[in-house]
Amino acid sequence: MKIAVCVKQIPDPATPYSLDPATHFVVRPHDQVLDDTDRYGIEVGLQMAAAAGDDATVTVFSMGPSGSMQGIRQALSMGADGAVVVDDPALRGAEALLTARILAAAIARHGFDVVVTGTESTDGYSGVVPQQIAELLGVPALTFARKVEKTADGVRIERQTATGYDVVEAALPVVLSVTAGSVEPRYPSFKGIMAAKSKPVETLTASDLGVEVATAQAIQGVEPVPARQAGEVIEDDGEAHLRIIALLEQRKVV
Amino acid sequence: MYRPPLRDIKFVLEHVVDLEALVKLPAYDHVDVGTVHGLLDEAGRFMSEVVAPTNRVGDTQGAIRNDDGTVTVPEEFAKAYQQYVAAGWNGIKSDQGYGGHGFPGVIGLAVQEMLTTANMAFSLCPMLTMSAILALTHHGTEEQKVTYLEKLISGEWTGTMVLTEPEAGSDLGALRAKATPADDGTWRVSGTKIFITWGEHDMAENIVHLVLARAPDGPPGTKGISLFIIPKFLPDADGRPGEANAVSCVSIEHKLGIHGSPTCVMAFDEAVGYLVGEVNDGMRAMFTMMNDARLHVGLEGLGITERAYQLAAAHAAQRTQGRAVGASHVTATPIIEHPDVRRMLLTMKAYSEAMRGLLYDTARAIDLSHQHPDQSTRRHFHDRASLLTPVAKAWCTDLGVEMASLGVQIHGGMGFVEETGAAQYYRDARIAPIYEGTNGIQGVDLVTRKLPLAGGEVVRSYLDELAGICTELEAAGTELASVRRGLEQGVDQLRTATDWLLSRTDPNDALAAATPYLRLFGTVAGGCYLARQARAAVDGAGDDDFLAAKVATTRFYVDQLLPQAFGLVPAATADASALFAVTTEMLGV
Repeated sequence: MKIAVCVKQIPDPATPYSLDPATHFVVRPHDQVLDDTDRYGIEVGLQMAAAAGDDATVTVFSMGPSGSMQGIRQALSMGADGAVVVDDPALRGAEALLTARILAAAIARHGFDVVVTGTESTDGYSGVVPQQIAELLGVPALTFARKVEKTADGVRIERQTATGYDVVEAALPVVLSVTAGSVEPRYPSFKGIMAAKSKPVETLTASDLGVEVATAQAIQGVEPVPARQAGEVIEDDGEAHLRIIALLEQRKVV
Repeated sequence: MYRPPLRDIKFVLEHVVDLEALVKLPAYDHVDVGTVHGLLDEAGRFMSEVVAPTNRVGDTQGAIRNDDGTVTVPEEFAKAYQQYVAAGWNGIKSDQGYGGHGFPGVIGLAVQEMLTTANMAFSLCPMLTMSAILALTHHGTEEQKVTYLEKLISGEWTGTMVLTEPEAGSDLGALRAKATPADDGTWRVSGTKIFITWGEHDMAENIVHLVLARAPDGPPGTKGISLFIIPKFLPDADGRPGEANAVSCVSIEHKLGIHGSPTCVMAFDEAVGYLVGEVNDGMRAMFTMMNDARLHVGLEGLGITERAYQLAAAHAAQRTQGRAVGASHVTATPIIEHPDVRRMLLTMKAYSEAMRGLLYDTARAIDLSHQHPDQSTRRHFHDRASLLTPVAKAWCTDLGVEMASLGVQIHGGMGFVEETGAAQYYRDARIAPIYEGTNGIQGVDLVTRKLPLAGGEVVRSYLDELAGICTELEAAGTELASVRRGLEQGVDQLRTATDWLLSRTDPNDALAAATPYLRLFGTVAGGCYLARQARAAVDGAGDDDFLAAKVATTRFYVDQLLPQAFGLVPAATADASALFAVTTEMLGV
């Protein structure tokens, strides 16, 4: 069984982000970290591989500047068997669809039974890449999984909804996006960290994958978040609760 | 929330320890700097995400002794410990022949720093296990190693150091626990021991007690003490925990701090014991354990300072009170903008970085004393480690209390209220100057045993090395000129006090000067370790905040903190007469 897990290296969320004033792209330092939410996808992939048996493999796929590969190394330390990183200056600032085309091409080239992703990256938040990958690969997208179970020929998930969950299932191959909290990701062990040093990491460009770098999206401008406005103070003259209820109703909270 | 200071740790490893050179030793063939960095990143993540969140519950809930004599620690501890063992962090510096990873001790120290900072009470359990590992590695028989080492190195079993009795604390020669030989070559050990850290708990399936007791007909005092392995459960034929041994936890102490660490009164009633090393030679093995433990207790001073600093800095950046000079009249100022608060924060930061230099250099000396191919170099670093160990223990733990106190102070009234967490660090810090040899004993060890090593040559060669660091600062041009002047003065003062101590004939004089001398020693040495880093930082300081802070912090330390230690010179060079001019009766007793 071939399991592909999509991951992203992002600037350390603990440090302030900055935008390149000319391009409006996020400045990406040499040392980027693994997007924390990707740990859940990796864990799901590792658990599926363990259940599937010895010949199952987990390969991580990533697009972006490889830098020090710190985040990729973390994924390998957790137990993934190898990595494919698409690092191409031409892809700088790639929007969601281009990202999906690249990842889908890399995964298709490698072969897959299951693609596991997070729901969205913590630095971009577009939240559409998993579904786009599924469409490009022509397989079902089981998204927002809060629980994943193997069935005889496929996967059954509990799909998180606003009010509860739906049970969704499909036969393999599938794309699976998992929510943070779906599993408890393991921490890399000493042995895992040592073993990660000798695992294969393939670095590709867009042209290696035969993907034409074209984008329909351009950033027109970037504005700072507006400063917070002062709130409305309601003095309690005995009737303030009515006013507060009216405001809450207005905002459809109650 | 704990942010591991990975950049500072790596910087110290590069510029104080010279890790690049250390890992070139044949014993570390399997180690390279890149791997070490990757390991430290993951260890930092583990300690901050898994261990640090357990610190509070350890304090509020603590360890509890049940009526049946078992001890329960918070379930968060047990879970974190399981993950710690599963990840393999316990065996970093241990023998590869028994499942360890054979990394340099200084890398083990770096991981232990993050563990200790994350949760000091929790960290004591692996720390004591490590001491037991060392004692058995150096003094155990092959059979003992096979039975116990692998389990201790993995952390599946934990270890203890069982020394203290009600009448035998700092003076172990007074201990009375009795060991009698049995017919089958094992021993039966009886006695009551107190202050046994992690003596009983439910985190591991077995506990291996290393116990000091007296064999029959031995000489009195420390020369008649032997060391025994006394497992909680006797290993069966397959090496699994079998029959329960006659060991019980009679009670646990209610303490000022480290509530998560059970401090046990242990009763041994004809318990089955296995002799480690020779009869009456227990102190030698015990010192192997204690030296390692002393360095790691020194680390607690650093760990508490780091954690208290991070908490206080975050508070100071967010808490607004008053208006700083020149600040807007509309909004209140975060207190971090007030000079006095900034002084407190900078003091904490400067001392923590100085401590890290001293502690890591001591660990490096221990590594070189074992692994350098040249025998005379090994000897040199053995002596160096012996010299620095009491300073590392006492200087860092005294500072730990003082810095945790500053952490409380920065929080103002809320610091005295438990909910901020600042108070816990202060309470936890207070044990470190006491256990593993009180800081008074460390001073005595330094002036009566360590200074006279090789006729004073060991300390003199160290002072020469510190003077060399000052000279090297010339290369940094005017940038570090004031640092150089200040440190040269410091090294001179330390040399003066050292020469005075070495020339004393009345031992009481050295004993009277010991504590102020040790403080002077630590402060000067700490400044030199900072200066070595500042020299490495000075070139890139223009556009890198970390490097700029390193240089500025070093200047602050040398210009403002170091001179405070000069005021100790009169006390470090005064004979004992002033202390006895006020008689015991005049003291009102």
